[in-house]
This record gives sequence, C-alpha cells and structure tokens, in this order.
Amino acid sequence: MALSVREYRARIRSTESMKKITRAMELIAASRIIKAQQRAQAAAPYARELTRAVSAVATFSNVDHALTLEPEDPKKAAVLIITSDRGLAGAYSSSVIKEAERLVEKLKGEGKDVDLYTSGRKGEAYFKFRQRAVVQAWTGFSDQPTYDVAAEIGATLIEAFLAETGDEGHAVDEVHVVYTRFRSMLSQEPTAVRLLPLEVVEGTEAPDKADLLPLYEFEPSPSEVLDSLLPRYVQSRIFFALLQAAASELAARQKAMKSATDNADELIKKYKRIANQARQAGITQEISEIVGGVNALADAQAGSE
Amino acid sequence: MAESSDKVLQVELVAADRLVWSGQATMVIARTTEGDVGILPNHAPLLSSIIEGVVDVQTAEGETWIAAVDAGFLSVADNRVSILAERAEMSHEIDLEKARQDLERAKASGENDDAAQEAVRRAEARIRAVERAS
Repeated sequence: MALSVREYRARIRSTESMKKITRAMELIAASRIIKAQQRAQAAAPYARELTRAVSAVATFSNVDHALTLEPEDPKKAAVLIITSDRGLAGAYSSSVIKEAERLVEKLKGEGKDVDLYTSGRKGEAYFKFRQRAVVQAWTGFSDQPTYDVAAEIGATLIEAFLAETGDEGHAVDEVHVVYTRFRSMLSQEPTAVRLLPLEVVEGTEAPDKADLLPLYEFEPSPSEVLDSLLPRYVQSRIFFALLQAAASELAARQKAMKSATDNADELIKKYKRIANQARQAGITQEISEIVGGVNALADAQAGSE
Repeated sequence: MAESSDKVLQVELVAADRLVWSGQATMVIARTTEGDVGILPNHAPLLSSIIEGVVDVQTAEGETWIAAVDAGFLSVADNRVSILAERAEMSHEIDLEKARQDLERAKASGENDDAAQEAVRRAEARIRAVERAS
C-alpha cells in the first residue's frame, strides 16, 4: 500500500505489455492449431491404408515376424517420451512426463530396465537436470513434425528392438511411447502405448461364411512384404503420435495463454483500483495538509493580535 | 457397392503426410520389386512392394494421371487399389529443373552408396514422370 501512484502506473504499463505478448501467443497458437489439425487429418489416409494392409497380411498369412514376436522374458524396455520444445504451454510437458514416470515405475516394478528416448527440448532438459541418462533425444520440431523425423525415430527404435541382447548398443525387448492424445480443443490426454512388439488387432470385416477369404498374393513373398511393411507401420504410428502431440501442445499453449491474458486483465483492473485509491489518498492528504496549514496560520495570527 | 464397382478400380495414391490422388480408374500400372505390374478391374487380391518409379493411372474418362512415387506398397482387394509411399507427387507438381539438379547431385555423390543410388532412382523417377506426362 505504501507504493506511490507513479510506481503503480509503471506496474500497470508492464502488465499491459505482458498482456499484449500473451495475447499474441494465444492468437498464434490458435492459428497454428488449425494447421496442425489439418496435417493430422492429411496423414490419416496413409495410416488407415497401412493398417488395412498390415491387418490383411496378419489375417491372411501365417508369417511370424521379428517385430511381432513377444520376447519370452522381457528384461529391458525403451520408452519414447514426446514433449514440447518450448514452454508456456501450461502443464502440457509436465503432465506427459508425469505419465512417463508412472510407466517407468510400472516397468521397473515388473523387473525391467528402462532406456529413455525423448523428443522435444523440455523432456531432454527434465532428465538432464535430474542427471538421468537419455539414450537419444530429438529436438527442434515439436510443433510441426515431418515424416522424416518420424522415420528417423522409428528406425532408431526398431534397430534397438531388433538388436540381440548382449550386443553393444541398446538392445530392448519392448518399446513404449508416451504422448499426448488430442481429444478436443479443451481436453488433451497423456497416453502411454506399447509400440513394439506389434499387436495388430484390427482385422478387416469378418467375412461371410459363404464368401471365400480374399487370398492375397504376395510379391515377392509374404515375409519380404511384411519385412518392409512393418517398419513403415511403426514409423507411421510414431508420426501419428508426433502429430497428435503437436496439436495437443498448441491447444495447451492456447489455453495457457488465454488464461494468462485473462489474469493480466484482472491484474490491471486491480492495480488501477489501487492506483486510484492511492491518488485519492494523496489528494485527501494534500487537502488536509493545506487546511491544517491554513488553520495553523489563522490560529497563529489570532494569537498574535 | 460391389455391383457398381465391377468395371472400375477405386484408386487411392497416398503419401505419408497427405492423400495425393484418389478417384476411379480402369487401369493402374506400377513398378514392383519384381517388375512392372498392370492392374485391371477384378484383379486378384495382391499385396506387393513397389520401388521408386512411375505410377500410371488411366481413368474411366480416358485421362492419364502420372505420379512419381518412392518405395512403398501396392495393395489390391475388391477392386480397391491403394498405393502407399512415403513420398509421392503427381507429375504436374514436380519441378523438373529441381529434379534434374537432384539427379546431378545424387550421381555426383557416389555410385556405390545405397542411399545415393536410392536418390538417383528417385530423381530419375520424377524426371520420367514429367516427361511421360508432357
């Protein structure tokens, strides 16, 4: 309360400029989120067709593949955590990291060692600060991921999964991904899924008993087709997770910036009120000083006469 | 749906990040690892790996669409053809100059390298696609 009017004015000004910044970030996030959603939609046909092809192979042929094989005694798991590059997105990164920690605890409880992989600077910084080893970190694309980075991440994880235990490098028996699922503009949900070994559950529609199963011909051979199909499927799943995470990040940022702008508004209103109070108090004090002074003068004059 | 689609193929040409082309066609030609394959309506179900090359689509109206694709897949079932590739471009989207430059660069970067050879095949496919279309 003891501050002068001038100091309150300065605070109001700085809050106003902060409000301008958060407002701009809110608008930027809002316009980017539409693009992110469009990208997610544009990538959907590829994922759909790929899923269809994979389930066709899985349903109509009896080929086992290294990527679908359940290891008998899983000892080591890799966890890929998809976070954002930049902050100012509310609890976005911390809630996805919290979900990841839960998963890591669960895996450790099952007696598995955990290798960490992160995407986004926030995740990298989190583990670096706690001095926990991260096998590999990818950064710099969290709000607009391209398929190329998804392919690179996928290739790294598949390599780790296929490597024999005991080899050099980071052989793992399971691969999990933790990302934020974009449900709507208002709700985003941190989700953990197991990526490898693959579980292909979606079958094409159950065939009528009268119909013959469409027997696919495979060229060059079922195992070779599966060989090149499955890695792509994994990559497309990662790409999907990255796109969802990007949309979620922008939505979270928009929400966080909206409430920051609202708070700045509140703060400005409050400061204005206090500043006016201080101004009025000052005026009142000046008036009473003047009046007091005049009275004192008048008294002094009356006394001397 | 099965009756109406007896004579045409429902084609979808899909890249990793977008749907490049979709529509009805009477014939699709693509290059698989085993060689060129032509798909006509009522083709037997097929799932095949394709390599960098040109995909030819002839529509029911007699138009021909040509696209350059990367390695990927071709799947045929119930008169639905889907061509999946990580990258795919229609011939009219390709910048011929840039494709030629890419080819030069890829050739210069070494013949023995697998990645370089892939880049060469990709650039050649794009140039072929443009030349076929014009």
